[in-house]
Amino acid sequence: MATRIGVVRFPGSCDEQDALDACALVGDAEILWHGSRDLGGVDAVVVPGGFSYGDYLRPGAIARFSPVMEAVAEFAREGGPVLGICNGFQVLCEAGLLPGALLANNGLRFLCRQVDIIVERPNTPWTAACDAGERLSIPVKHMSGRWFADDDTVARLEAEGQVAFRYAPGQNPNGSVADIAGVSSPEGNVVGLMPHPEHAVDAITGSADGLKLFSSILKEREGVGTAS
Amino acid sequence: MAPQAEEQVPGLERAKDLGLTEPEYSMIVELMGREPNEVELAMFSLLWSEHCAYKHSKKVLRRLPTEGERLLLGVGENAGAVEVAGMAVAFKVESHNHPSAVEPFQGAATGVGGILRDVIALGARPIAMLDSLRFGYPDSDRSRWLLDRAVAGIGHYGNSIGVPTVGGEIHFDPSYESNCLVNAMCVGIADPNRLMRCAATGVGNRVILMGALTGRDGIGGASVLASAELGEDDADKRPTVQIGDPFAEKKVLEACLELIGEDLLVALQDLGAAGLTSSASEMAAQGEVGLDLDIARIPLREADMEPFEIMVSESQERMLAIVEPSKVGAVLEICEKWELLATDIGVVTEGDHMRILKGSDVVGDIPVKALVDDCPLYDLHPSPPEEGLYPAPPADLPEQAEQGETLAALLAGPNIASRRPVFEQYDHIVQSRTVRRPDEADAAVLALPAGPDGVRPALAVSIDGNARRVAADPETGAIEAVLECAANLACTGAEALGLTNCLNFGNPEKPHVAWQLINAVEGIAKGCEALGIPVVGGNVSLYNEGPDGPILPTPVIGMVGELPDATVVSNSGFVADGHAVALVGPFEPNLTSSELAARRGKAPAGELPALDVPATLAAHEAVRNGVRSGAIVTAHDIAEGGLAVALAEACAAAGIGCEVTLPLLTDEALFGEAPGRGFVIAGPRDAIATIPGAEVIGTTGGTELVIADRDGEKISMTVADVREARDGGLAVHLP
Repeated sequence: MATRIGVVRFPGSCDEQDALDACALVGDAEILWHGSRDLGGVDAVVVPGGFSYGDYLRPGAIARFSPVMEAVAEFAREGGPVLGICNGFQVLCEAGLLPGALLANNGLRFLCRQVDIIVERPNTPWTAACDAGERLSIPVKHMSGRWFADDDTVARLEAEGQVAFRYAPGQNPNGSVADIAGVSSPEGNVVGLMPHPEHAVDAITGSADGLKLFSSILKEREGVGTAS
Repeated sequence: MAPQAEEQVPGLERAKDLGLTEPEYSMIVELMGREPNEVELAMFSLLWSEHCAYKHSKKVLRRLPTEGERLLLGVGENAGAVEVAGMAVAFKVESHNHPSAVEPFQGAATGVGGILRDVIALGARPIAMLDSLRFGYPDSDRSRWLLDRAVAGIGHYGNSIGVPTVGGEIHFDPSYESNCLVNAMCVGIADPNRLMRCAATGVGNRVILMGALTGRDGIGGASVLASAELGEDDADKRPTVQIGDPFAEKKVLEACLELIGEDLLVALQDLGAAGLTSSASEMAAQGEVGLDLDIARIPLREADMEPFEIMVSESQERMLAIVEPSKVGAVLEICEKWELLATDIGVVTEGDHMRILKGSDVVGDIPVKALVDDCPLYDLHPSPPEEGLYPAPPADLPEQAEQGETLAALLAGPNIASRRPVFEQYDHIVQSRTVRRPDEADAAVLALPAGPDGVRPALAVSIDGNARRVAADPETGAIEAVLECAANLACTGAEALGLTNCLNFGNPEKPHVAWQLINAVEGIAKGCEALGIPVVGGNVSLYNEGPDGPILPTPVIGMVGELPDATVVSNSGFVADGHAVALVGPFEPNLTSSELAARRGKAPAGELPALDVPATLAAHEAVRNGVRSGAIVTAHDIAEGGLAVALAEACAAAGIGCEVTLPLLTDEALFGEAPGRGFVIAGPRDAIATIPGAEVIGTTGGTELVIADRDGEKISMTVADVREARDGGLAVHLP
């Protein structure tokens, strides 16, 4: 049976269609409406980019209180795979599902640029198809993408292998602490990153490296299937 | 029935304050059969403004060709549309100059919001934005502030709503010092069978207002701000600038497309300049019906708004729909799902009157035709200027400079330097269609869904203008602008299908501005006729004058073209060592009104180089076909700064040098311009040999740009130096 991936849609989401299209390349993809607490039995959830509810207060600050996020939090606690991209990453941090916070870029400007990121943690459902240290060309585009946590938290995440992605040397676009582009939950089922893998699934638009994150879900599920 | 109030009529003096002339006021009284009340006068003053009525430009615009084989919707609708690969491609460019000059962030942001709604009103999903910007030289604090804030405003709106900003242009000239230009173009795609029209039809159908609350922002924007020259005290006009809310527009966008997809709407129109007055009356005029609107039902941001304020408010993110009574419930339900306000505010009536009600009171009653069609149209009184209109700009590049230094200075100049610090502030990849991003090719390229054969066609889009050349010779300069835009498309392998234009000029009541406008329109018409494409719509922005005089005449051309295969596209830069570099086209440049002339302190005047239209079109075709066949890998049109700059730009892209030989290393040969006529191309030597008219001048490779003559004289610059010069030139002026 095909893997079913749900993509959350908030009012103000911008990248949900692209995330849906990217998910559809590896499985069955469907929209999860922000006002519903029912995830409909999907196997994985993507919280996409955009400006949820306008994000006029602080990115993700309102979205985390939406009904769908209650269900996503429950799903994550039960070990369900959740991927937050850009605004979705901000939402997951606001919801306490991932550590740290996303602050305004150090340049104080929106920035759209193709960057290389390095896979630091391949043993998650969203990175299983990648090798440790693998370099992926994926665009960033954000106003508040500077990942930040206090020194103790950073040290703990580094020690426990929760750093999922790092910007390649010299390519940190926003001043993120320790070049961190994405982090994961301790168990690894929840992953968030600022770069946009859903915009990098077709070579004609610049890169297909982002597809690896989505195909990781298949690999993960095949793995589960074989084991049971 | 006339409004029953025994109210005082505001009278002639009030009409003059609102921008109407005495004869215009007399005409209104005659058409109404009485003097208008406050509400009616406010409505007339806006719809009879230059901005809404085109009263000084309409007669001139009749010269533009508006018919074309691929045309689906033309002038008169919210935007035009052409057919591409079985889809409707809607597009339009519009100005938001005066609001941006007064408050650049919100002015530019709402300019983006406004043009997006025009495309949404057709039922099209916006897939790309482009912008054409003009400022004074960036050594002035004010110009840098305008640049920084306008760019931030464009990014704020476009990024937040999820429409990529894929291209544009920026030019600096002293004439824009107090009157900057912000033109925004939007491109959308739709099912051609579901294109929405704006005509209100069906007596008894309901009028539904959707979107944001109506507030006091933007009152009188179209008349007081957009249809008069800018003056010294324009900070006072900031309250006439609207405030944008891209989140609200995102909901408007999604809700409208869902409503159209469910076939729930009879007609749709956005609320732009002159707010409800303009949208409602234009819908009524197009449908030849009357309307009753009850302003008591309109959700307000402030409770005590006057009826006239409600009718002319330019609050953003609002749309007006005509809906059959049986479908109103379904419409309201979808709007509620999107958390979008939607209110039934009126009804389509028999007859030809627009009545403004406040509950059961009639507070305004105007024949629709008087409001929309009867505004007097004025003849222009053109006269060429006796001497140059524009002062010479300050010289910052000595004539005796070495050519290598001249090249470096041109590359680092704000008009030629890399636009990266600007376009990186725009999301140019959302929707995952962008096959060529800014700076990667001469036009942005957007992939479309695959056809039945599995091949993905693509659109190429470009926006261009070259005002200095239009100032020197309005007709030839405007033809050049059209051909240069088409040349940009040809570089990507695309063929132009339609054109939209924004005519930014000074005060048309002045004879020399009238002369510029008439001749530039003639040039655009001739350019369109040469290419065989129609003008699908556009916008006119007049009275662009500050205390120091008019802006350069600035027709901005937006163009959409078609590529058969999104996987076969060129780059503007060299991509491999050992490729043959060749020139194509009847390129016989001179320095008149060139970037080098401006840097040397020369006014924009003189004779432009000869224009051989058939030879130019043949060159476009040769490049287009060469790219489509895969023979041409690199194609870049020779624009500002001439051949040397075009070669340097091609080197900078991927850091690949080249060595070329020219007959003579004159300033004309290196830096002269003849827009739209010449291309630098590159590709495998055998392949380039098959391109008709291609003259091989050298080879790619190495780490230097070397331009030599046959006697061994040469200028050279390392690619690293080229990049450094280009990268710093604009960045230094941004915070």
